[in-house]
Amino acid sequence: MTIVQQVNRRRFLTATGVTAAAALAAGATQVDWGHLMTAAGENPLDPGAGVLVVVTLYGGNDGLNTVVPAGDPAYRNARSELAYQPEEVLDLGEGLGLNPGMKGFKSLWDGGQLAVLRGVGYPKPDHSHFRSMAIWQTASPETAVPTGWLGRWLDATGDDPLRAVSVDPVLPPMLAGERTAAASLPVGGLKLPDGALGKAFEGLGTAQAGEGFWQARAARSVNDLHRAVRTLGPSTTDKGKTQPRKGELAAQLDVVAGLVEAGVPSRVYSVSLGGFDTHADERGTQQRLLTELDGALTPFAQRLAKSDRGKQATVLVYSEFGRRVTANASQGTDHGTAGPVFVLGSKVKGGFHGAEPSLTDLDDGDLKLTTDFRDVYASLVEDVLGTDAGQILPGHSGRMDGLFA
Amino acid sequence: MVVLSERAAVRRLHDRLGFGPRPGDLDRGFAETRDRLLGTGPDAGAAATPMPDLGPPPDKPGKNADQAAKQQANKQVQAQAAQAVGWWLDRMAAADVASVERLTWFWHGHFATSEQKVRSPRLMLAQNRTQRDHALGSFTDLAHAMVVDPAMLLWLDGTGNKAGKPNENLAREFMELFTLGVGHYTEDDVREAARALTGWSAKRDTDGAQMVPKRHDDGVKKILGASGDFDAQSFTDLVLGRPESAAFVAGRVWFRLVSATPPPADALARLVAAYGSRRDVRALLRAVTDEPAFRDSATSLVKQPVEWLAGLLRALGVRPAKLDDKTRAQLLAGLRGMGQVPFEPPSVGGWAAGGAWLTTSAGVARLHVAQLVATHADLGAVTKARDKVAAIGDLLGVDAWSDRTRAALAGVAGTVRQLSTVAACAPEYAVSG
Repeated sequence: MTIVQQVNRRRFLTATGVTAAAALAAGATQVDWGHLMTAAGENPLDPGAGVLVVVTLYGGNDGLNTVVPAGDPAYRNARSELAYQPEEVLDLGEGLGLNPGMKGFKSLWDGGQLAVLRGVGYPKPDHSHFRSMAIWQTASPETAVPTGWLGRWLDATGDDPLRAVSVDPVLPPMLAGERTAAASLPVGGLKLPDGALGKAFEGLGTAQAGEGFWQARAARSVNDLHRAVRTLGPSTTDKGKTQPRKGELAAQLDVVAGLVEAGVPSRVYSVSLGGFDTHADERGTQQRLLTELDGALTPFAQRLAKSDRGKQATVLVYSEFGRRVTANASQGTDHGTAGPVFVLGSKVKGGFHGAEPSLTDLDDGDLKLTTDFRDVYASLVEDVLGTDAGQILPGHSGRMDGLFA
Repeated sequence: MVVLSERAAVRRLHDRLGFGPRPGDLDRGFAETRDRLLGTGPDAGAAATPMPDLGPPPDKPGKNADQAAKQQANKQVQAQAAQAVGWWLDRMAAADVASVERLTWFWHGHFATSEQKVRSPRLMLAQNRTQRDHALGSFTDLAHAMVVDPAMLLWLDGTGNKAGKPNENLAREFMELFTLGVGHYTEDDVREAARALTGWSAKRDTDGAQMVPKRHDDGVKKILGASGDFDAQSFTDLVLGRPESAAFVAGRVWFRLVSATPPPADALARLVAAYGSRRDVRALLRAVTDEPAFRDSATSLVKQPVEWLAGLLRALGVRPAKLDDKTRAQLLAGLRGMGQVPFEPPSVGGWAAGGAWLTTSAGVARLHVAQLVATHADLGAVTKARDKVAAIGDLLGVDAWSDRTRAALAGVAGTVRQLSTVAACAPEYAVSG
């Protein structure tokens, strides 16, 4: 059902499209398909090059009910009806266990492929979804900046053809740089009409001198679309109807796995799962969402582990904040601070990283961070993407040591 | 700055205060058009498309109900939700003066509430009615209604907010996204404001919100430097009275109706003055259209999918209510493909803006929706015209085609439905220039 399962290396290499130079001459600020395909021909993904897959959980996932300190009386006292009992969780040791919905994660843990980073956050936490998500995506806690952390990585890698792809309906800010932004790829099919109608529609993609900013962008989006269809179109016949509908995240990850295996020279992929903004009757809803996450990521990790290129992929899973330690009156929790981050893949050193935040030494009811998220980003930029993190995270020198084996 | 021609400025008035021009609309002047759009006259088109009665919510399956019963109930709710969306699209297409629907749409994005969590199309429609009643009225009245709106209470967990154990969600978003903007309150203000909002509840199977006095915290709260026994309404007055609130609301209106670039300080001061102590939305909108930036060709906006579709339906005389169920479902699926379904904003922050709507995936969906609409369009005027490319431009209210688009359209000029499809996808129509 996905458009990429049948995309092979040859198709990428034989795709012609417009050259990168022409795309840039057309005023491209967002990377387009012609550029990507040209890059695939000139400099395909090195089987040894690291690939980063970022999974954003929108809504502020409750970290304490994800990596659960079920053995800690302070936890159970703080959220009586919301708490999991020690026998309910999937034991990881050190008094912690995974949410019962995360059985696949547990198997990855047992296989040494899952790193659980504890107490990850940033100083002076902001409890607003939007501000906090912006902080995580821009990696700039003190001041608002217009570029995302991976957008700055795109800027910093300059003319390097290795790029980023968002498999999301809307481009997330983390992938927007000052000069470049990631391409966006639809999960569904890419079928366009042929004949005169198709030709006329394609004609709308021509740049027009003196055109206003958004009109020019709209024209270029039509052009990008046709390049994508030329390259991927033959494999976009709609097979979705004969297959059971997968979850949105699973479908996104299918696209990513296909692209990685095909050797597309992208180094960064972004996917997401929303709905974590639960405040009432949270336990069932969150467990359902974590089950969806588990059901999407586990087969993805298992699939990647089977190919050389796939083994180069590292997955980051984060949310904008965790929740208050104490439950509210509606069997939910309010916006909090630090939470666990997952990093998984064949290269990862499994196990716990960073100290578990105390449940009794709190900051106005909130967990105190033990790991700055920028340390994690810096290590991913350097160890997975092979780029000096100094340009991506200016002024931040911290690193997450020992994250990779 | 390149100043728009009178005709382009009139088209912009229709785009920004309505859902684009209908045939003939561009022949009127700017002042007359504005007075009409911001007027208070009766609207026969709106009156003829009354809000539907969705019927009672399905019986709630008990805890031990089987899967089939739960699915059946879900299906009923989904059908009601689709009916609500279909009706609103039809109303957008039918209203004679589109500004009321346009501003209702704006407030829906501002006080963004999603059916996906509310799970009551009836309450979503009730919220829609409230937003329409106050769409061009007083923001004071609108904010007072929204803070205790049943769908809003369900959406932001206001129903579980009770004395002793406040739920902060509604209080926080009310200040951050609805009235003040981030940075103008503290975490302590959020906690205390949550206490002021305690005691309200809403149920999916009843119509209004209820205040349960014993759940309300009637102690003294300290919010934004003021102390008192604040409740939902006095908290709202306190927040709206802050000097930052007027600038925040004016800025949000500017962002959606004029430009993603914030207004310059002097312009903002003029907008705030017009909004005034009565928080008069109509006066604010009038002031917005008086600003030089409103006629600046550079302040273009990408039309959101619903705005684009509603404009297309109006221009081409297509009424969703007159389509068969299957076609209406295809229209809804098309909106979903473009990334925007009314009553389903992605979060309380509302919908994206700008280039986010120009993705590869949205482009495919847009073309399919344009084809669907063209199939049902009244294109008689284009068929009869000698210059068909110019005629479809007139029908859509596009003031000028570029050479690029003119050439593309010429290739399908012999088949008016294809011509309409391509014209609707042209950058000149996808963007409000």
